[in-house]
Amino acid sequence: MALRPVRPRSDLPLAVDPSSRFLGWITALMAFLAALALAGAMLVSDMAQRWDSGLAGGLTVQVAPMPGAPVAPLDERVEAAVTVLRAFPGIRSATVLGGGEIARLLEPWLGSGATDPLLPMPRLIDVIADGPVDVAALRLRLTSAAPGATLDDHAVWLADLRSFAGAVRLAALGVVVLIGAAAVMTVVFAVRTGLAIHRPVVELLHLMGATDRYVSRQFERHVVSLSLRGGAIGLLLAGGTLYGLYRASQGLRASLLSDLSLQPWQWAVLLLVPGMLALLALATARWTVLRTLESMP
Amino acid sequence: MVPRRGAGWTPPRAGCIVPDVEGCRGCGGTVIRFENVGLRYGTEAEVLRDISFTLLPGSFHFLTGASGAGKSSLLKLMYLAHRPSRGLVTLFGRDMAMVTRRDLPELRRQIGVVFQDFALLDHLSALDNVALPLRMSGTPEADVVAHCTEILRWVGLGNHLHAKPSTLSGGQKQRVAIARSVINRPRLLLADEPTGNVDDGIGMRLLYLFEELYKLGTTVVIATHNEALIRRFDHPRLHLDNGRLMVLPARGSRAHDGRTGDARAHDSRRE
Repeated sequence: MALRPVRPRSDLPLAVDPSSRFLGWITALMAFLAALALAGAMLVSDMAQRWDSGLAGGLTVQVAPMPGAPVAPLDERVEAAVTVLRAFPGIRSATVLGGGEIARLLEPWLGSGATDPLLPMPRLIDVIADGPVDVAALRLRLTSAAPGATLDDHAVWLADLRSFAGAVRLAALGVVVLIGAAAVMTVVFAVRTGLAIHRPVVELLHLMGATDRYVSRQFERHVVSLSLRGGAIGLLLAGGTLYGLYRASQGLRASLLSDLSLQPWQWAVLLLVPGMLALLALATARWTVLRTLESMP
Repeated sequence: MVPRRGAGWTPPRAGCIVPDVEGCRGCGGTVIRFENVGLRYGTEAEVLRDISFTLLPGSFHFLTGASGAGKSSLLKLMYLAHRPSRGLVTLFGRDMAMVTRRDLPELRRQIGVVFQDFALLDHLSALDNVALPLRMSGTPEADVVAHCTEILRWVGLGNHLHAKPSTLSGGQKQRVAIARSVINRPRLLLADEPTGNVDDGIGMRLLYLFEELYKLGTTVVIATHNEALIRRFDHPRLHLDNGRLMVLPARGSRAHDGRTGDARAHDSRRE
């Protein structure tokens, strides 16, 4: 089955070319891959953004139970840590998480066993900063006031997260560029094949006074028509795939993954994919035809 | 009779033998001038040798010669499909050696060509085939349809506007090809064996059609080997023999009336 150009009349019978049978479907595949790559990059960026904004400006203090150690009881050490935190410059609030909240956080890893009272659970203090905090000095104060307390400023997490998100964006960009290059090569091949097949007709048109631009417009209309239709099909397939992923991710939302859905503006970006492919095809077809015709008498 | 058409068609003024919307630009000039022209394909021997002639506006010539004498090659030089291997070719006063590729379309639009094999595009209707020169020159689509419909009626194909060439007879195809060649009001009309694929009756009718165009001022050159037709129509001949050209004047005593034009040729065999 071939995608037929919409325009019924063309001086060159390009619609019956063998290359026309594949150009539309190849474009559909490219649009599908490009849309998925872009959607993946946007989803990961969103996820990283959410994690980033959730972690930035926050600190976590963990006070571990130390059974048998010559230290104050856990509750006293937690109280001492909270006192230190609230008095430290740059700290806005310090809230001790309850047992239920800690159990919910550990549920993905420990399941319902996280609520077992026999399990020695650390105590967590959620700290929110409203300015720059001297993390090294705070860490020293905490360990001296509350032995067994550790301070996590999420710096390593944040760095890894940002690096990961950047790498994903770069990879997506690379995929889109590669797809664009493949699209250019496909159009060049299709147009050159068309020119070779229809060379007698092109020569006849020239003899009747056709300019090279007149001939190139025939090819441009043809490839743009096929690209738009193929791109629309690819975009529909990508939309279906993204919807399927969204439905599949809903079971995981409560724990590891956040919402795998795109914002309206992100859908608008994906809607541009067929148009961009068509524009690329148009420019490539024009360039290829004009360059090739230069060698004709 | 050639129909008067709308904005796209302006019959030549009385006394002006070259149709030209800008006035009488072609009067007094030459349409084609060849000087010592030679043509060879690749490294083969020359198929045309020392061709020299001049065609004035509003002239009618038969181009004759045996098969292989070089008629088609000479026509190809005239409709700018080939460039000569040597010599000077001027078309509408322009030296073709100085014409760039970018200038060719404009010149070619002033030449109508009826190809021996019709060269119709099989996937297009008769109307769309005839419309090609108009669409190339950017004529508005409404005018294109009106003019093509009218000219197809003129050649007797008003009932076949949307017929594909494969459904037409040889004579009908030939008339579509002729309609296409004249739709743009060419200054020069070249026909390569236009009667070769049709019976004598249709051939005669086609020749009368060319005569009508000639009377309207178009310079006409018809390559043919149909002696009966040549005898019937009293026009001078450009005769090719083994790649060399000579001019044979019209047999009759009809004096040149200023519309017949002229062909001056150097018979290379006499030199």
